[in-house]
Amino acid sequence: MSHVVSPIRETLVSGGKSYHDVTNDICKQVEGEPTKEWKIAFGVSCLVFAYGAYCLGYTWWQGIGVWGLNKTVGWAWDITNFVWWVGIGHAGTLISAVLLLFRQKWRTSINRSAEAMTIFAVLCAASFILAHMGRPWLFHWALPLPNTFGSLWVNFNSPLVWDVFAISTYLSVSLVFWYLGLVPDLATIRDRAQTKASKFWYGAFSLGWNGSAKTWARYEYVSLILAGISTPLVLSVHTIVSMDFATSVIPGWHTTIFPPYFVAGAIFSGFAMVQSLLLITRVVFKLEDYITIEHIEMMNIIVTVTGSIVGIAYLTEFFIAWYSGVEYESYCFINRATGPYWWAYWMMMTCNVISPQLFWFKKIRQSILVSFILSVVVNVGMWFERFVIIVSSLHRDYLPSSWAMFTPTMYDIGDYIFSFGLFFTLFFLFAKFLPVINMFEVKSVMRGVSTNFPAKKKSSGDKSKETVH
Amino acid sequence: MENNTKRYWRGIEELTNNAEFVKYAHREFGDAPSENEKGEALIDGTNTVRRDFLKVLGFGVSAVALAACEAPVKKAIPYLNKPEDVEPTIANWYASTFIDGGDYASVLVKTREGRPIKIEVNPMSSITKGISARVHASVLSLYDNEKLKGATIGGKPSDWATTDKEIIAELGKVSARGGQIRIVSNTIVSPTTKKVISEFIAKHPTTKLVTYDANSVSGLIQANGGILPSYNFSKAKTIVSIGADFLGTWLAADEFSEQWAKTRRVSSAEGGNKEMSRHYQFESIMSMTGANADYRSTYKPSQEGLVVTSLYNALASKLGATPIGGASIKIDHFDKAVSDLVATKAASIVVSGSNDPAVQTVVIAINAMLGAYGNTIDAGMPSNYRQGSDAEMTSFINEAKAGQIGAVIFYNANPVYNHPRGAELAEALPKIGLTISTNDRADETGSLCKYNTPDSHYLESWNDAEPKRGFFSFTQPTISTIFKTRQAQSSLLTWAGLNGDYATYLENAWSSTLGGKSAWSKALHDGVYEPGASASFNVPQTGLADAVVSISKNYKANSDKMELAIYEKVIMGTGSQANNPWLQECPEPVSKACWGNYAMVSLATAKKLGLDQEIELDTHEVEVSVNGKSVKLPFIVQPGQANDTVAIAIGYGRTKAGKSANEVGANIYPFASVINGNIAFSNTGDVQVKATGKSAQIARTQTHNTVMAREAVVQETVLSAYKKNVEAGRFKPEISTAEGKKTATDISLWNGHKYNNHAWGMVIDLNTCTGCSACVVSCNAENNIAVVGRQEVINRREMHWMRIDRYYSSDADVEDVKGLEYASENPEVVFQPMLCQHCNNAPCETVCPVLATTHSSEGLNQMTYNRCIGTRYCANNCPYKVRRFNWFRYYQTDEYDFQFNNDLGRMVINPDVTVRSRGVMEKCSMCVQRIQAGKLEAKKEKRRPKDGDIQTACSQSCPTNAITFGDMNDETSEISKLLEAEHKGRAFGVIEEINVKPNISYLVKIRNKDEKVKKEEAAVEHKEHA
Repeated sequence: MSHVVSPIRETLVSGGKSYHDVTNDICKQVEGEPTKEWKIAFGVSCLVFAYGAYCLGYTWWQGIGVWGLNKTVGWAWDITNFVWWVGIGHAGTLISAVLLLFRQKWRTSINRSAEAMTIFAVLCAASFILAHMGRPWLFHWALPLPNTFGSLWVNFNSPLVWDVFAISTYLSVSLVFWYLGLVPDLATIRDRAQTKASKFWYGAFSLGWNGSAKTWARYEYVSLILAGISTPLVLSVHTIVSMDFATSVIPGWHTTIFPPYFVAGAIFSGFAMVQSLLLITRVVFKLEDYITIEHIEMMNIIVTVTGSIVGIAYLTEFFIAWYSGVEYESYCFINRATGPYWWAYWMMMTCNVISPQLFWFKKIRQSILVSFILSVVVNVGMWFERFVIIVSSLHRDYLPSSWAMFTPTMYDIGDYIFSFGLFFTLFFLFAKFLPVINMFEVKSVMRGVSTNFPAKKKSSGDKSKETVH
Repeated sequence: MENNTKRYWRGIEELTNNAEFVKYAHREFGDAPSENEKGEALIDGTNTVRRDFLKVLGFGVSAVALAACEAPVKKAIPYLNKPEDVEPTIANWYASTFIDGGDYASVLVKTREGRPIKIEVNPMSSITKGISARVHASVLSLYDNEKLKGATIGGKPSDWATTDKEIIAELGKVSARGGQIRIVSNTIVSPTTKKVISEFIAKHPTTKLVTYDANSVSGLIQANGGILPSYNFSKAKTIVSIGADFLGTWLAADEFSEQWAKTRRVSSAEGGNKEMSRHYQFESIMSMTGANADYRSTYKPSQEGLVVTSLYNALASKLGATPIGGASIKIDHFDKAVSDLVATKAASIVVSGSNDPAVQTVVIAINAMLGAYGNTIDAGMPSNYRQGSDAEMTSFINEAKAGQIGAVIFYNANPVYNHPRGAELAEALPKIGLTISTNDRADETGSLCKYNTPDSHYLESWNDAEPKRGFFSFTQPTISTIFKTRQAQSSLLTWAGLNGDYATYLENAWSSTLGGKSAWSKALHDGVYEPGASASFNVPQTGLADAVVSISKNYKANSDKMELAIYEKVIMGTGSQANNPWLQECPEPVSKACWGNYAMVSLATAKKLGLDQEIELDTHEVEVSVNGKSVKLPFIVQPGQANDTVAIAIGYGRTKAGKSANEVGANIYPFASVINGNIAFSNTGDVQVKATGKSAQIARTQTHNTVMAREAVVQETVLSAYKKNVEAGRFKPEISTAEGKKTATDISLWNGHKYNNHAWGMVIDLNTCTGCSACVVSCNAENNIAVVGRQEVINRREMHWMRIDRYYSSDADVEDVKGLEYASENPEVVFQPMLCQHCNNAPCETVCPVLATTHSSEGLNQMTYNRCIGTRYCANNCPYKVRRFNWFRYYQTDEYDFQFNNDLGRMVINPDVTVRSRGVMEKCSMCVQRIQAGKLEAKKEKRRPKDGDIQTACSQSCPTNAITFGDMNDETSEISKLLEAEHKGRAFGVIEEINVKPNISYLVKIRNKDEKVKKEEAAVEHKEHA
């Protein structure tokens, strides 16, 4: 794939790196002893994971009555967390697939970790699918499996079944896409491996990659095909998740705007999460030359755009609630903004609609600290968005006799903490054992764009991809 | 090969055929001598040692694996000799009679495999037409593990022979020295029990029977010359109740409910009844009866007597009688009530809940003036529901304190708890030489007695009852005694030196009355014997002048002091069944609170006290002190209560009733005062209400009080509007479409269901539903609904399939959604039974991922517990919020130590209904087990089920017949006829514009009021574009 990059573009990799530098910089993390920072971070994640696992174990043992749910509010933190994590999981595929199709070269430095994040986030989301069930040991009943009941199928009318298909498809496609992209880099590590064990494992996982032109050609085909398959998934997954709500009869849920609104929100939160993680990784692994201010700025722009879409969606909901004349719908929205959960609503509005508008200022867009803070703020806001949609709609629906409040318990919180433990434990394992930046793709965007690129290497021909030893 | 005679040998050994070879020739591996020897030693002469080992191993592994999967084996002991009439899985029904003090009900008892599991009304009784929540719950009290399990002496278990011997000896001693003996009892409705007591008195002539009632009406009895007249509300066109909760707790509330409902039932059919009684309620608290009244206003307890005299005077001035004096009181709707009474005269009834004979004397005079006697009030047919005399009890306590009593027998009476002077009695009891209690448990009184000789539960007993003169009802045992208990009547007979077999005693008495054993058997079978015996009577009209003097002295026209009103809860009553978890968890109709009592004040008073009205949050704890005594209770703002009045219910604060009742709420009996020698359930002394600064919680199943002006939820109108247009009050939302406006229910994505056979449905008449909640407890019993306890109700997780939603009206403008959250000062109230609506376009059915909830071919929305994985999506998507989730394993878990957690309590479980496990959803099944049973019964008889064959628990239990269940495909069924009449009339589906097409219809509530100002109609028009 020969990419012509406009010379007026900003440098995507700074610091005058050679191919060899790239290989060294990235492989260093994998090959060397774990750093002290990594050990501390990983240790903390494991502790968080252990505490969360205790809470989750207790929840499973006792029943979800340990949560704060009640007869009126049947979903709260569980599905909030589920939707939140699924939303976060959107950025990876978007970056890898959509940006690949749109030839956005700047994605190369971030797509690997974004994809990893996607997979871990989807796993976290899946943990809430299991945890929220009354009888999680029977989760497989939601799959259309042959069974001894005769012709007993799942309910194909149920958005939850669509969810099962959407999430499992998304997880498997993302996993394959991610793994496929890893293969050339795994081969690089294999070839540099010093120990028998790493030779064996990286060898096994690199699937006999030999770097031949034929191999590269096949890789390119498969990669494009997978990108093509993944692209609709970016839209479909959160569309279907939104249908859990949109197809219901509950005021505040029963809304046709949900699919685009949810997708925009998902991309919004996904990019924010990628931003948060990369800003940390960049510092911890000293990858400032690969993840440059330009990357950060691009991401901030996407955050602003999607944040604005989400903001418009919020306003549209209010308009429709008034315009439709449906009293339940109107009440639902008045209640959101002024009812007992007003604070959650305004938290959402502030974090999601107002805060990203700060990125209109270039200074703020390029400030690493502000970018980091705002990326966290956006995800806080997106968590509240789901909380507002789920809880504030449920807690006061049609019959006032059933109106109730939801208050979380330590197990609601603990099970949420579990997902963070899971996510970060997996992420740190990934960061240690796999190349966090896609080496071969980064190399592909270096030619002609890295300002101090050594002149002698210009003669190496038009092959844009090659294995580097 | 058949002719082949060649032999092949396996080896030289076979050819030579030596002894060693022959010995092992049959073995597979004959040449393995070590195995041989081992094999020989283990199994005699087989060649399958190795295989056996594998078999045993295989069996062992699978057995262990299976044992690990299987539930532990429960022992079931089969009958050695099967009792006659007991067929497994077939229910037997017995007629019997519920008796709890003066509360009586003729019932049918359903037994399964010898266990009573359900109580229903006995249709042969002409008196019992409906049974209350307490009667439904009484079957669970049978299986109360905390009752005494046999006789005790000084708290230690003893056997009956020893106990009898000691008691007889001691009674003899007391009698011999001429010591006074008292039998202290609540009302005894059983004539034969009274006879037994007279036998006892004959043996011990110093004995006197002292009767009192915890919810005493002795003032009423006194004013009526020693009897209680029969009231007939069904003949009344104007009903005025002054503090009498006659639909909820006053005298025979179930009987009155049915009569009252008769005057409230209207039909939209051509020529159908469109007349209703008009019901005025003047009271201090918001009672359930008040909530059902057309006009309602409040007075303070200190004004009660003057309300009655004012009414007399107002009527007298219009009817030309002489006024009687007394300060005049102005309360809302008073003049209107007077003019209605004057207009309907004899077709009127005025009742008062007061226990002051002076007040009741004036009420009698009012009814006499109106000519109600002989029409709505029948003094010639005395009823026996209450016979207690406060004066008798007061003198007993005084005698006990003075040490003048030699022996006392508490016959199912617990005065230490439920008499205002209980504490004094408790102190005096040690002065009585011989104390005996027949109470079923070592309760507050029993635990202070030396001898506890526990009476059997009514379901284990023989008895009779005479609720009204000449109307008899019989109790027969439906199970042999669970514990070593003995009927109190048998005990009394034994102690009187007679044969202590009450069953025979009763049979002999009745056989001679009825003329033979077969007549007695028939009477037992029917459960009732009703020759009736009405007599002529004189209206007791004495002492009116004295009464007025007394009223002027005891009541004040104006008082701005805080006063205490003591009331009885519809569900809990006097607290006699306080250890019944069904009753504890059943919310009170008006306050929707359960598991405890609380201090209620009006909105204005709350403001004055600086306590704000909280919605859906913790409330304040207040300390209510009356003349020095105080209790700490949670606080509720009760709309419609009299200002400067704090109201607290009796029946709580038990200390020795059992784990479900102990320390739940506070005991308010000691706060009652005395007026004219009778207990006054109020206190106008020095009443203080102070916030303690602490927060408190109340278990309430409904925290939001108003309907938020949602006309699609409850629809109501006034009678005058209804007469003009039978569709008055109907809210018919329209939706704008490309083809213009359409009725919301006409637009659907669904094709609908075809019901070729049956189409089950239900109609609920909001006009006759009183909110009494008998259906709620009946549903609990029928459908094995778990009790979750106080904390889980606070967590909003009660499991009730059937609930009664109660809404107050609000003064706020329909646009003011904040204001609408708050009820009016004196709101109109509506009760709406809410259960699974069995939608035809059920939102729950479409969202279940595993098809655990599906639509039946007969219109039922079915729940398959086994298939449920517990996503709760169905509950979220239910617009009626009737689905209930098993958050925990409510059975066999220590935290939920109610009936499902002990072997005895589990005997109440209906074997036709699954006990739901943790993690599954449940909801009303429209008693599908009853539908199936009814269909099978009809099938056996080769016919279709007739209308009325099948009844749901709620429809069968409704004392006012507000719930009609039936087959909507059967044109002759009552429900079809009702819907036919009301289709273009009062019938509506709750929130029908979302078009879930419920199979349950509601009928518009009609208040017999003057038409309201047009404000409401303007609001309707405004809504119509929705």
